[in-house]
Amino acid sequence: MAVETSDTAPPPSGLDVTSILKDAGITALIAFALTIPLFGFRLVSLGTGQGIGLEQRWGLVAISVASVFLGRIALTVWQEKRRTMPREAASHGWSIKRYARPLLAGGAYALAGLAFCWPWLPFVDRWLLDMAILVLTYVMLGWGLNIVVGLAGLLDLGYVAFYAVGAYSYALLALNFDLTFWQCLPLAGAFAAFFGIVLGFPVLRLRGDYLAIVTLGFGEIIRIILLNWYEVTKGPDGLSGIPRPSFFGLPFKRNPPDGVTSFHQFFGLEYSSIQRIIFLYYVILLLALITNFFTLRIRKLPVGRAWEALREDEIACRSLGINARNTKLTAFSIGAMFAGFGGSFFATRQGFISPESFTFIESAIILAIVVLGGMGSQFGIVLAAVFLIGMTEFFRELEHFRMLAFGAGMVAIMVWRPRGLLAHRDPTIRLNGPPGDEIKGSSP
Amino acid sequence: MEYFLQQLINGVTLGAIYGLIAIGYTMVYGIIGMINFAHGEIFMIGAFISLIAFLLLAALGVTWIPLALLLVLLVAMLFTAVYGWTVERLAYRPLRGSFRLAPLISAIGMSIFLQNYVQILQGARVKPLQPVVQGGFEVMQRDGFTVSLSYMQISIIVVTLVLMTAFSLMITRTSLGRAQRACEQDRGMAALLGINVDRTISLTFVSGAALAAVAGLMFVLYYGVIDFYIGFLAGIKAFTAAVLGGIGSLPGAMLGGLLIGLIETFWSAYFTVEYKDVAAFVILVLVLIFRPTGLLGKPEIEKV
Amino acid sequence: MTDQSWEIPSGAAALLTVEHLTMRFGGLVAVDDVSFAAGTGEITAIIGPNGAGKTTVFNCLTGFYSPSVGRLLLRRDDRNFLLERMEGYRIAQKAGVARTFQNIRLFPQMSVLENLLVAQHNVLMRASGMTVLGLLGFASYRRAERAAVEKARYWLDQVGLTALADIDAGNLPYGAQRKLEIARAMCTGPALLCLDEPAAGLNPTESLELNELLLFIRNEHKIGILLIEHDMSVVMGISDHIIVLDYGRKISDGTPEHVRNDPTVIRAYLGEDEDEELPPEVMADLAINGEGDAPAT
Repeated sequence: MAVETSDTAPPPSGLDVTSILKDAGITALIAFALTIPLFGFRLVSLGTGQGIGLEQRWGLVAISVASVFLGRIALTVWQEKRRTMPREAASHGWSIKRYARPLLAGGAYALAGLAFCWPWLPFVDRWLLDMAILVLTYVMLGWGLNIVVGLAGLLDLGYVAFYAVGAYSYALLALNFDLTFWQCLPLAGAFAAFFGIVLGFPVLRLRGDYLAIVTLGFGEIIRIILLNWYEVTKGPDGLSGIPRPSFFGLPFKRNPPDGVTSFHQFFGLEYSSIQRIIFLYYVILLLALITNFFTLRIRKLPVGRAWEALREDEIACRSLGINARNTKLTAFSIGAMFAGFGGSFFATRQGFISPESFTFIESAIILAIVVLGGMGSQFGIVLAAVFLIGMTEFFRELEHFRMLAFGAGMVAIMVWRPRGLLAHRDPTIRLNGPPGDEIKGSSP
Repeated sequence: MEYFLQQLINGVTLGAIYGLIAIGYTMVYGIIGMINFAHGEIFMIGAFISLIAFLLLAALGVTWIPLALLLVLLVAMLFTAVYGWTVERLAYRPLRGSFRLAPLISAIGMSIFLQNYVQILQGARVKPLQPVVQGGFEVMQRDGFTVSLSYMQISIIVVTLVLMTAFSLMITRTSLGRAQRACEQDRGMAALLGINVDRTISLTFVSGAALAAVAGLMFVLYYGVIDFYIGFLAGIKAFTAAVLGGIGSLPGAMLGGLLIGLIETFWSAYFTVEYKDVAAFVILVLVLIFRPTGLLGKPEIEKV
Repeated sequence: MTDQSWEIPSGAAALLTVEHLTMRFGGLVAVDDVSFAAGTGEITAIIGPNGAGKTTVFNCLTGFYSPSVGRLLLRRDDRNFLLERMEGYRIAQKAGVARTFQNIRLFPQMSVLENLLVAQHNVLMRASGMTVLGLLGFASYRRAERAAVEKARYWLDQVGLTALADIDAGNLPYGAQRKLEIARAMCTGPALLCLDEPAAGLNPTESLELNELLLFIRNEHKIGILLIEHDMSVVMGISDHIIVLDYGRKISDGTPEHVRNDPTVIRAYLGEDEDEELPPEVMADLAINGEGDAPAT
């Protein structure tokens, strides 16, 4: 843990060894205080009925303190180097910015092409396909939450609640009323949006951070209700046997019931479970792309501009005659609707849902994708989802380390690039033609 | 009646713990206007450090309970305070003047980090502690139902009262408290008047963390089990307490903590245990909607 | 108390009539029983020392505060609006009261043009059929958007920011931000434009340009302008009608000529005793001819 202790001191001209060592020493001392209790001792069970004892781990403390000491020195030296580096050399690295636009556009098209071909690529096996479905689910959720957080600037920490509403709506409708996935999808979206309106109406006038906590509270309330309303939701046991989607009425089954033609029979194919997976892949790809096109389009409409304006300055919006509450409500409920779609997809893909899948940490992951990608940046969200979810799946056994890195990453992003990695924003409309050599306002 | 009285005692005890955590939220909110989302985790770390300190003292042969308790209290306050300081320094200080959601997102990241940090270092299993303080008074007995007030509960309530009084005195009487209140009103002006704003904010986090550590210690003693996850719910409830009392107000935090403790206890006693966590959230939402300034908070006049 | 009648200079219709406006914050009376009127096609300035309650009057007019007592009547196209009963955004939307802020409130991360389009939100929203038609790409919406852009271009031309239309508003220099805020307020198509210290922080050249812009708006667009300003060269140069507040009360009301010579005003600015500070240009503008108690500067 690097701790700057001398940010008020006048900058020395060069590298002053004593002050660096002193600084690193203080940092190491703090690291020592931090590590003794929790690194130095571990609470271990002594067997049943024996209570717990302590295991000592002084080596771990020594290693951590030493690495903090060295890390602090390295950081200081690096910062000094960077500070004294000539200005041109420093800015040279950023000339990439000029090519950022075509590069990003090219990257987006390439990625879209890759996404379309993905199931047919030779190296893509069942696992990679499942992975892609998972990533796309998060991309879609990220895009949905981006409307709320990135565009409208409303910090929603309970986004997973709407995801849960979508999933449970589909599961309950399908199990109790025999509706198909395609009939339920709009209903689930509508339910989620309705929940968004009902929850949002009273709370959306709250200040940003209060809103965050209240939405977090709603997320938890919904989860607790799902856990305890056993008659309907089966509580912690969850709902199983949720119907799978069909291809325009053709189910993906090896042996369909009498009178029903299954997908492989209709197309005269050999039955294979991968057909259903590929179909699911395209369903989520379609849903994600719809979310994306919707967002891109609505950004250029008055309501989209009003969202962004609200994010920038609510008081100014009021003075221009914008109904802040209704405008926020549209963002909130539209975001919720996409979460509802995503939830239905999740339910039909898994075939089983339980409250376990809808914890706060899910909301935090989706939020992290939006934040990491750069709030408001559609392409950044894709990259962030690929990165975060991909990482997660690769290091599955390191579950807690990955969440550790995840939390640390959120802090680091906020400290270094608070607007996200790809925070470039293009105006939604231009007066003076395409961007040329006019004084370009570059985002910091 | 007896049942009610017993629940009242339990509720006040729980409320004392929430109140101590709530002070940390309310002070940080007062001074930098952000919700220190990681404060619940600081409380959890305080509980872990307390438990470790207990076992360590027992291993060292300190068996006289009052001395052991005092030492644990000091050790937990000290080391937890270092955590409070570090969190502020790393996750919040670099963000001053950043866009408004940045500190909150950073705080959420910090909270996730600390939870998993403790889980990795100490394992995910529930950690039990043998009862340290045993015995108590029988307040009354009727129809086979005994209303008891344990020494544990007495000490929790007494320690809380002492700390809160000391803390209120610190805020109202000392130069640190004055600096804090000045920073609350106008940070820029306070800096111009020679107040070290960074240090004052750091001290706010440090004192909030120390109080959370006390709450952590009490939690360990009272419930006898802890795990890495206790910070999340306790944090939310303490935050609710701070909002209910009026965020930014010290007496408000205490009052709010007490009310939340009582409401939760009575809710579990007379309605359903399953939905006891919903109670806190529902109160939070209702307060924010109908009385966002809380019970003792000052109304905020919108600056245009 | 000057019982100077607050009738409107001849020829102008009463656009805004404020009667007995009082605003209390706890025990503090920020605005105390203030009545005045402002007409269409004229510039009304509210002046007074710091803390006189000028911005509070604005905040009551534009719905940010709801006044403790008083009636705020706005007549627009023969319709009457009681502003004190309306929600903030409806005052701008229906009654057509637009405002700027003492500390500029643009949308800094949005382009200059986008700032002006957000100001036309309600018109565009209707044209986009509450978003639905816009999403489907109806031609009627595209026409409406083109018209909105043309309106924005018109105001950008007036304030000289057309070339900078596509950069982020937050990257504009300070003076340009002030002008953009006025242009944005005008894009809402207001009946009454409230400007809270528009000349603050402007250099003399920019100040002159501001005068011309305000006169242009008054003469060409025939709307009422309500102005809070400390810069006396702006106030005295362009106002048709001046209201002086002090400690929340109205102490004078009339033409610049009248106010300039009103002994109550001079006393308010200079104080009963001589130890009140006054900027030299204010003294010059108030035409004080050294009657003994003016501080020598």
